[in-house]
Amino acid sequence: MSLLRALFRSKSQSAAVAKDRLQVLIASERSSGTPAEWLPRLQKDLIEVIGRYVPVSPGAVKVEMERGDNLDVLEINIVLPERAGKAAS
Amino acid sequence: MSETRIVVVTSGKGGVGKTTTSASFASGLALRGHKTAVVDFDVGLRNLDLIMGCERRVVYDFVNVINQEASLNQALIKDKHSENLFVLPASQTRDKDALKEEGVERVLNDMRTMGFEYIVCDSPAGIEHGAVMALTFADDAIIVTNPEVSSVRDSDRILGILQAKSRRAKEGREPVKEHLLLTRYAPKRVDTGEMLSHEDVRDLLKIPLLGVIPESEAVLHASNQGQPAIHMQDQPVAQAYQDVVARFLGEEIPLRFTTAEKRGLLQRLFGGK
Repeated sequence: MSLLRALFRSKSQSAAVAKDRLQVLIASERSSGTPAEWLPRLQKDLIEVIGRYVPVSPGAVKVEMERGDNLDVLEINIVLPERAGKAAS
Repeated sequence: MSETRIVVVTSGKGGVGKTTTSASFASGLALRGHKTAVVDFDVGLRNLDLIMGCERRVVYDFVNVINQEASLNQALIKDKHSENLFVLPASQTRDKDALKEEGVERVLNDMRTMGFEYIVCDSPAGIEHGAVMALTFADDAIIVTNPEVSSVRDSDRILGILQAKSRRAKEGREPVKEHLLLTRYAPKRVDTGEMLSHEDVRDLLKIPLLGVIPESEAVLHASNQGQPAIHMQDQPVAQAYQDVVARFLGEEIPLRFTTAEKRGLLQRLFGGK
């Protein structure tokens, strides 16, 4: 839809682009705030929840987020403590 | 004595027309017979006095009153156009933390006792202490927004702060009444798809529209002369501000100056603006 509009729109009609961008941005900022605000909390919560089942050190939970134009990737890496003789992850 | 309403004029972003709006809105309320005060919360960057044309009469300021170095009566400057309007200038030199919450509350309450019907708080830009103080005690908020991406986003941020940090929000009372005011609106550019329309901005921010102020050269003339834009005779910008005041007071008035003037054949042939 946006692509079609972009194709058939003369160059000067940028207001529609502005509206699309703002819609996405405002919706995400309203619902959860910026990742910078909630990522540290997510990490803390994860450590706490996982810790209820397996002993993990705080440094063992890594949370990373990558943001693209159309897709966000949230990567969570949890390194479990070594079991006797063998590493598990 | 009628109840006092505290109205914050805020935006997040700088340069969108907060002080212009505060001056004209407060003047408009006073012109309609309401005893009104307009308070400059921009500590360190006093400007409301210039826009109101009373800069030479400033002796004491808001911070002096907060620190009880001067009385409200000493600090309030009577407007030259209206008997009902008083200006409380910001402090020019002191530190930003001079606006202590208890002090601001005390001064606002003293103004209630003096019988002010409206207290218009001109917020500084940003989301720092001064901006938070300006909105803390508000009953109404006028969100001044330009039809432009960064201004719309910042307006949304300030709405979030209003909903979190105002007294009304913290005490779980009826929320601050939010009003959208679009300024520097250029209908012609909206028609050609270059500028967000007032419907677009209202859809994005999801708050009711109080008015649309057209982009106008008269605003610069007004500030050059120290005269609030609402006093500029026969100017669309003045009429638009008068409409805003009327709507705020509950009148139903259709929007004006939101469509581009169609130029007639003669106008097109013989030029002119």
